[in-house]
Amino acid sequence: MNAAYTHVPQEQKNPAYAIPLEDIDVSDPELYRSNTMWGYFERLRREDPVHYCAKSLFGPFWSVTKYKDIMEVETHPGIYSSDSRRGGVTILDSNTAVQLPMFIQMDPPQHDEHRKAVSPIVAPENLARMEAIIRRRTGEALDGLPVGQEFNWVDKVSINLTTQMLATLFDFPWEDRSKLTYWSDATVALPGEGLVDSEEHRMQIMGECAAYMTRLWNERVNAEPRSDLISMMAHDARTRNMTPEEFLGNVLLLIVGGNDTTRSSMTGGVLALNENPEQYAKLCANPALVASMIPEIVRWQTPLSHMRRTATEDTVLGGKNIRKGDKVVMWYVSGNRDEEAIENPNNFIIDRARPRQHLSFGFGIHRCVGNRLAEMQIRILWEEVLKRWPKPGQIKVIGAPERVASPFIKGYESMQVRIDA
Amino acid sequence: MIKVTFIEHNGTVRSVEVADGTSLMEAAVGNLIPGIDGDCGGCCACATCHLFIEPEWLDKLVPAEDMEKSLLELAECVGPGSRLGCQIKLSQSLDGIVARTPLGQH
Repeated sequence: MNAAYTHVPQEQKNPAYAIPLEDIDVSDPELYRSNTMWGYFERLRREDPVHYCAKSLFGPFWSVTKYKDIMEVETHPGIYSSDSRRGGVTILDSNTAVQLPMFIQMDPPQHDEHRKAVSPIVAPENLARMEAIIRRRTGEALDGLPVGQEFNWVDKVSINLTTQMLATLFDFPWEDRSKLTYWSDATVALPGEGLVDSEEHRMQIMGECAAYMTRLWNERVNAEPRSDLISMMAHDARTRNMTPEEFLGNVLLLIVGGNDTTRSSMTGGVLALNENPEQYAKLCANPALVASMIPEIVRWQTPLSHMRRTATEDTVLGGKNIRKGDKVVMWYVSGNRDEEAIENPNNFIIDRARPRQHLSFGFGIHRCVGNRLAEMQIRILWEEVLKRWPKPGQIKVIGAPERVASPFIKGYESMQVRIDA
Repeated sequence: MIKVTFIEHNGTVRSVEVADGTSLMEAAVGNLIPGIDGDCGGCCACATCHLFIEPEWLDKLVPAEDMEKSLLELAECVGPGSRLGCQIKLSQSLDGIVARTPLGQH
């Protein structure tokens, strides 16, 4: 184990236990950059599972930290709204000036119609058709890695593969595929932090995306139906007459949804195996364990730390009085480490019983529509990795990864590795 | 024990016997019937135990509640026999029930 990046909650020594309960603010981006949020969540789960934070970068909010309370919020979408007009689905209130209709930020019945239209692309039949091409492209990417040299796994593998995947899903012109990642990153970037200067700048970039995607739509609406996402939307009765804003909203949701998240799990899996060499050895001894390891990676990583809802009425949650209009944040990153719901939750165990019982995809009507696609991508990655590098510890993490400073995207800016021949 | 027959999307037929009170989802997952996942563990929150009840058994079931209905609304290839297996508790009156399972869930 490398102590530099191990996170074992240490009750007594942890600074999380040294401050008054009411001062705990788990939204601080720095906690995520330094990977030091664990102790705070552990304390909240034990002492104040539904916790009110009066003052934060994002204003006042409730933290929901236990698995069962998160499930309660997830399964009552009438009380806990996702509507962008009430604030949307992240702790950062949605910007009402530059609003695009996306079904993740809608309540029923509108949500249902939009979701049903794009859901078939990631249905089992379509995934089976995509498997061979994803496997071929994954294999090619791995064959191009500089074995024996130190390199950044995030860029060379995780971003590379997720970008290829998006291009495959959209049947997007291959040579332009890095635009997809750019548009995705620009959608979620905070203004002034490098990628976008202002909301106007962001809208300008979105406009370029809209123009490009509209051109593809126009080509495909007049052609025979095919199995890519744009063709499916252009030919489906429920989406054929979308407004330009609805089209762009759906496109961006699918790009963002399939980008950061899978990227982080592709990196997190390598890190988890390096931190747990006995699990790495177990995997190499029995590669069939990839099947149960994939959902365990997704739990362990929790690529999105939270989803947010807004109360539509006064209600009670975990004994606390939530007022209409309150911001309610479901911390998946905490629920996935809740010892009452998951056995040995802080351990990475690749052959867990019921490995899919985790919160990373959310539950209820907003549960991740692409969950099986994500699992398939990560499964193929590991199947192809083990074919090439079957020995325990053969992919070595060098030093500590650089983590994203965000209470939403739980991911990695970079992670240096070396593959030993 | 209650007898349950699952017919897979490719026509494979398997019969299993489970204890009274078991859910149809648990009967499938516990006997490794392909195509049924049950991600949420049976609390009607994920729709990954969607299956199709044969018509002659539909009347014997407790009708779907609102949450099940809204999840089925979003499931794939929904038909008249569509139900979430976790919401069907098996009892003597369902001895012999037949359900078809899809290729997979998502």
